[in-house]
Amino acid sequence: MTAVAEREPRTDPAVARLIADYETFVASTNGRMPAWVRELRDRGIQRFAEAGFPSTKEEWWRFTSVEPIARGRFVEPTKQTTPADLSDALRDVEAAGGRGAHVAVFHNGRFVRDRSSLDGLPKGVVIGGLLEALESHPDMVRQYLGQVADIESNPFTALNTAFFRDGAFVHVARNVVVEQPIQLVFVSSGNGEPWVAHPRNLVVFEEGAQASLIEQYAGSGGSYWTNVVSELVLGENAVVDAYRLQQEREDAFHMAASYSRQDRSSVYTSVLFAFGSRLSRHDIRATLDGEGAECTLNGLSVLRGEQHVDHHTTLEHAKPHCPSWEVFNGIYDDRARGVFTGRIIVDPGAQRTDSKQTNNNLLLTEDARADSQPQLEIYADDVKCTHGATLGPIDDKAMFYLQSRGLDREDARALLTYGFGAEILNSVSVESLRAHLDALLQARLEEGSRKRTAAK
Amino acid sequence: MLDISNLHASVEGTEILHGINLQVGSGEVHAIMGPNGSGKSTLAQVIAGHPAYDVTAGKVLFDGQDVLEMEPEERAQRGIFMAFQYPVEIRGITNAYFLRSAVNAVRKARGEPEYDPIDFLDVLDEKLKAIGWDDSMVNRAVNEGFSGGEKKRNEVLQMAVLEPKLAILDETDSGLDIDALKTVADAVNKLRSPERSIVVVTHYQRLLNYIIPDKVHVLADGRMVRSGGKELALELEEKGYDWLRSRKAVAT
Repeated sequence: MTAVAEREPRTDPAVARLIADYETFVASTNGRMPAWVRELRDRGIQRFAEAGFPSTKEEWWRFTSVEPIARGRFVEPTKQTTPADLSDALRDVEAAGGRGAHVAVFHNGRFVRDRSSLDGLPKGVVIGGLLEALESHPDMVRQYLGQVADIESNPFTALNTAFFRDGAFVHVARNVVVEQPIQLVFVSSGNGEPWVAHPRNLVVFEEGAQASLIEQYAGSGGSYWTNVVSELVLGENAVVDAYRLQQEREDAFHMAASYSRQDRSSVYTSVLFAFGSRLSRHDIRATLDGEGAECTLNGLSVLRGEQHVDHHTTLEHAKPHCPSWEVFNGIYDDRARGVFTGRIIVDPGAQRTDSKQTNNNLLLTEDARADSQPQLEIYADDVKCTHGATLGPIDDKAMFYLQSRGLDREDARALLTYGFGAEILNSVSVESLRAHLDALLQARLEEGSRKRTAAK
Repeated sequence: MLDISNLHASVEGTEILHGINLQVGSGEVHAIMGPNGSGKSTLAQVIAGHPAYDVTAGKVLFDGQDVLEMEPEERAQRGIFMAFQYPVEIRGITNAYFLRSAVNAVRKARGEPEYDPIDFLDVLDEKLKAIGWDDSMVNRAVNEGFSGGEKKRNEVLQMAVLEPKLAILDETDSGLDIDALKTVADAVNKLRSPERSIVVVTHYQRLLNYIIPDKVHVLADGRMVRSGGKELALELEEKGYDWLRSRKAVAT
């Protein structure tokens, strides 16, 4: 009899390297980190060490391989200098918020106060960097940080929790109505070796607060990976519309997780736009954690070339009488690929849940691909949940309908394609942002159609 | 205006129309009636240029020109309009945007200047007034979430805005309650003019109480079996389509 040698769990060298990086990082802080933050980070790296990078053998990662990230070598820039050309990179991006927006700018994940426009904030509003806030508002940060995000279900969230250096901190006090949009602009730039940033955002709307939030990700040069986690808390009766525009460079990697938790009767509208990145995965988890809370979760992906975007959404109805609406549309050109997962979880006792989910995918070429996976997990009996998905090229019936009204095939195609995007654009209530996105969408679609015409 | 001779058309190799002849003069209103499956809708779709149908023989002349070789959009640009039996939903596009795109496509083809969004609102306003409708459908996505009646009304709205020389209404009355039917018929009547021909394709005589046709044709099994004045519709209502079928059997 030979005893089976107890095998050491084989550690992925990529994971081992990150664990070593973590040791170095912690040592470099010389104990200046508050103990509770250190504990939070330790839990993050432990969880990541257990989970490792997800493989396509795992159910929720079937369609998205993170190999290029796991096998890549990304360093965290130790010294940050804000480049002089940041203004150029920012100009187009910043216009989205319109005049008067409260703008916080982040370069490679770190808050840059002197590029931000945060003068004259209304009373009861804090907008700035998370690192600063750990010193200026330690109690507020401690109350919420890591409370909404879930390191268990997402290794990238665990990794972010271990490594975050900075990010956005927004706090809107009770019953404060913020008239102008709050705009968080994340710009990546660099020219050295590939780098990674782990921005961590904490956004808290206390009871009765009201605001529009715009979160933007863009890059101006170099090869990089963004691994961002956002936590959003809506107190009772808070009314928030949040927009997220991912316009990373088309060779960049973008991993993101957005967590929201809503208290009673709060109203949350989230609209996501994914135009950029080579490979992107965005996990969205929205928890309706108070009776009568409402949540709208919309998204639009407009992809081309070899782009791959995976939206992994989970809407959890934890309390009764909550309606939710979810519409995700995708427009895929060239060899682009979109993945949508729509999980709806209705907890025991969450009666009178009313949830509607739709996912529409338009494939502009035969090589484009989309995968749609709805999943309903219902543990209550008095609920209404519907879901539907469409997938395919331009509809022949619609094409003939438009031709019969005088549009030629190309114009008809352009109109039908634009409609896929416009349906989501219409849920943007910040006028300047809608105009900005509309121009962006039209330009992108025209580029695609010009390319097609030239190829003929 | 419209001159159809010996039109044969098939879908997926099965012939549906077996030699249709039909002449519609300028300003005339013709009704084409017939039982389900008689080929009424096929005829409408062939005139509009639906790609699913193959025309194997015959001619469709519009203003003296054969339209059968034209793309559907060219037919539309020349003034042919078909109100769809089953209008299509277009996500994300409002009626106002859609109508402007259509009107501009037609104007562009005719070498006329295109409307900008602001000017077009006035145009739209004027057209709505002409048929006595409000603007409640204008800013909704095309046919999305519309009731059956709203969809049919929307087709007539498009007709009003596009001002065709020939309008073919394919079962625009089906699925309408009497109030909606009157609303639609009233608008169509307001759009009658000496320069505009209208072909009403219908299964029921009911609509013809409100849109009085100059001529009535009966289509059965892909052939025109009878043509006459408006009284033919009443006769059909009374005796049913079987009456014509049996007459035909006796005649042959």
